[in-house]
Amino acid sequence: MIERSLSSWTRHYIIILAALLVLTVVTVVVAGINFGAPSINVIVALTIAATKGTLVALYFMHLRHDHPINAIVFATGLAILALFLIFCLIDVETRAPIEPANFKPPAGAAPQRTAP
Amino acid sequence: MTDSAGTAHAGHGHGSKDFLQHHFADPGQQFAASKLGMWLFLVTELLLFGGLFVGYGIMHTRHPEAFQAAHVHLDRVLGMVNTVVLLLSSFTMAMAVACAQTNRRKLLVIFLAITLLFAGVFMCVKYFEYAHKFHEGLLPGKYYSHAGDTVPGQFMFFSFYFMMTGLHGIHVLAGMVVIAWILRRALRGDFSDRYYTPVDLTGLYWHLVDIIWIFLFPLLYLVS
Amino acid sequence: MNGPTSEHGAAHLSYLREKRGLKSWLLTLDHKRIGVMYLWSVLIAFALGGFFAMVVRLELLTPQKTLIDADTYNQAFTLHGAIMIFLFIIPAIPASLGNFVLPLLIGAKDVAFPRLNLASYYVWVTGAVLALVSMVTGGVDTGWTFYTPYSSTTGGSVSLIVLAAFILGFSSIFTGINFIATIHKLRAPGMGWYEMPLFCWGAYATSVIQVLATPVLGITLLLLIMERVFQIGIFDASLGGDPVLFQHFFWFYSHPAVYIMILPGMAIISEVIPVFSRKTIFGYKAIAYSSLAIAFVGFLVWGHHMFVSGQSELASAIFSFLTFLVAIPSGIKVFNWLATMYKGSISLEAPMLYAISFLLLFAIGGLTGMFLATLAVDVHLHDTYFVVAHFHYVMMGGTTIAFLAGLHYWWPKMFGRMYSEKLARWAAALVFVGFNLTFLAMFVMGSRGMPRRYYNYLEEFQPLHALATFGSWILGLGLVLILGYLLGSLRKKPDAPPNPWGGKTLEWTAASPPITHNFEQVPVVTRGPYDYRPVEGAP
Repeated sequence: MIERSLSSWTRHYIIILAALLVLTVVTVVVAGINFGAPSINVIVALTIAATKGTLVALYFMHLRHDHPINAIVFATGLAILALFLIFCLIDVETRAPIEPANFKPPAGAAPQRTAP
Repeated sequence: MTDSAGTAHAGHGHGSKDFLQHHFADPGQQFAASKLGMWLFLVTELLLFGGLFVGYGIMHTRHPEAFQAAHVHLDRVLGMVNTVVLLLSSFTMAMAVACAQTNRRKLLVIFLAITLLFAGVFMCVKYFEYAHKFHEGLLPGKYYSHAGDTVPGQFMFFSFYFMMTGLHGIHVLAGMVVIAWILRRALRGDFSDRYYTPVDLTGLYWHLVDIIWIFLFPLLYLVS
Repeated sequence: MNGPTSEHGAAHLSYLREKRGLKSWLLTLDHKRIGVMYLWSVLIAFALGGFFAMVVRLELLTPQKTLIDADTYNQAFTLHGAIMIFLFIIPAIPASLGNFVLPLLIGAKDVAFPRLNLASYYVWVTGAVLALVSMVTGGVDTGWTFYTPYSSTTGGSVSLIVLAAFILGFSSIFTGINFIATIHKLRAPGMGWYEMPLFCWGAYATSVIQVLATPVLGITLLLLIMERVFQIGIFDASLGGDPVLFQHFFWFYSHPAVYIMILPGMAIISEVIPVFSRKTIFGYKAIAYSSLAIAFVGFLVWGHHMFVSGQSELASAIFSFLTFLVAIPSGIKVFNWLATMYKGSISLEAPMLYAISFLLLFAIGGLTGMFLATLAVDVHLHDTYFVVAHFHYVMMGGTTIAFLAGLHYWWPKMFGRMYSEKLARWAAALVFVGFNLTFLAMFVMGSRGMPRRYYNYLEEFQPLHALATFGSWILGLGLVLILGYLLGSLRKKPDAPPNPWGGKTLEWTAASPPITHNFEQVPVVTRGPYDYRPVEGAP
């Protein structure tokens, strides 16, 4: 852990807080913009969120100045999560479509809750 | 326990080594080990919530229209308020740790108290949001009873909404309990620049709770 | 020599004697006492899981009903699997032997977080009690894999046992967190990462998996409970959900989980073989890195449980290819162990008998995994007895045999008593013969089409089923014999020397059993953990 005076810590943290608040406003504004494909909105929103998360992790959580093992631990967790998502998506997105000609919705399914 | 007179003197007080556990060679080793342990625990929380995010992501790609139609029922303003509240609480929590690190007991107490306050505000806003959902019948799974949907299948969005914000809310409540306990210990003078590990670890937990909301907010409230 | 060699007139009493009374055990923070409490607990769980196994094997003696009806049979195999996996095999080596021996191996006084250690034990107990309650309040017949939609819609105590598994996951996570921090921060002076015994590398890799994978099981089980209670829809096709998604969620943990099971077993083998070959380990770094490689690659292969579930062909092909990769680090270990034995001075005490059994049985288990990894072959072998044989060879022929090796190896250290070597060799023979009689024929049965989890079966399979049941009795006899002479050894006066096997790792410099603080003085490490070269200046 680095040594700092309280006023130095305060300065650093206020800068980070300001950045976080600005990015929050940006997120909301950008969400309203139509980029054509909805997936672009998702990517932009997640990128901004990731930036905010990184700022919190690096500065509020001190990863910037800590022993590197802590950052490695966190990054590994994120990597494993990414693997999980990616492989599941590979499966779900590459399944061959199933269109049995004689498909009927199950009897007794509540009408308001019919799957789209 | 450390010197309970709550003096601000940097480390000469008797009992300043009372916190050192017998199997550690020195306080630095103990602090580093505690932090590593906390980060490992945070990774488990990340993966716990991460599973919900993956489930949400997959179901969203399968039912884009239903999820689109459903999320307009969420109040973006309240969501943004809660985002700002949590960011501010992260700031005050980080300040609390800095105060502990620099031996400022009174300020430590104040910042912990403000953090707790912000957390309370978050939960109040959450309560209002949930009450509104209950009123409208926008409930998870088989309890979904909202009338007049043109796009079917919106119940699944609300299944995820309640699970994700609910699990997050439980973590906020747990965080409040821990912060309150740390606040009590800070009032007793348990912490100083020689020993503030519990404050630091609580901060780490609280920041993760904030990070999770940083992702929840756009995904649930904004993306269209 | 650092410490007292007997418990009499010593400066410090052993960890068993220093504090007496039930409370001193139940509230202990000593990793050795926690390890011992875990040991008796997992052995009881093993006995319960074994009981259900005997029920299953007895029922399968004849093709039709032998003893119990079909619904009871489904509960029997479900509980056998769930108890063995969640209550025995996942915690067994890390939490019992590992807890005891890890700090000793690195020259530490305890694990990094002793209170977390005790908490992990009580969390295990809580999960165990809930599981028992679920057994008697409605039972579970879903199979230990809890596949939807059956598990999300059927009656019985599914939510309760799933909650139990959720809680048990925390026990596993706490142990993992503790071991990682301990290995990073508490090694004795002079012990860098490459002077650490290989058991520690194995424990480390195991702990990484425990920390990363178990939370995903946690959320899977929570989602299953939500599906049962609220019908949220995620796994229900009629509501727009995806039952195969449940399998992705479930196996994302449960495949790495099998590496949680085998890595500690391999870690024990890496300790036992050099000692009983009186030769330094061959390829220390290769074995160390292969543990990490298994942990990493193990996260990339879970879809091989889902080749015929409806997973896309592309995903199945990718998972099949990646599964082949995971055999490589395992193979590296086996060859290095063999090379360690080559031209060594082999002595065949019980720990080594089990280690050699491990080499053969794990090889069979691992290689048959390759058959199952092959996409086209798995289409025929999936859900047959071939799979049952494969995983029993790796989990029982592998992990459980390694557990027995470690138990016998460290028994004198833990309790200060030597067991009867003669009875131990008889038992090892019974276990080896019984195990193979039980499970070898299952490969044949499976390849001929005998499905797993079936209550009734075709007449043509009866001879092999009968052979397997008979084998299970011999196996059971061997295991009961082990319990008998181990418990019997405790009734003797302490007679174990500090280093009965001539090991070179730090636990053998402590007393048998060790004092509460493990070492009289903090050890300083100057030699490697398997250094069998003569000490300079020694006669």
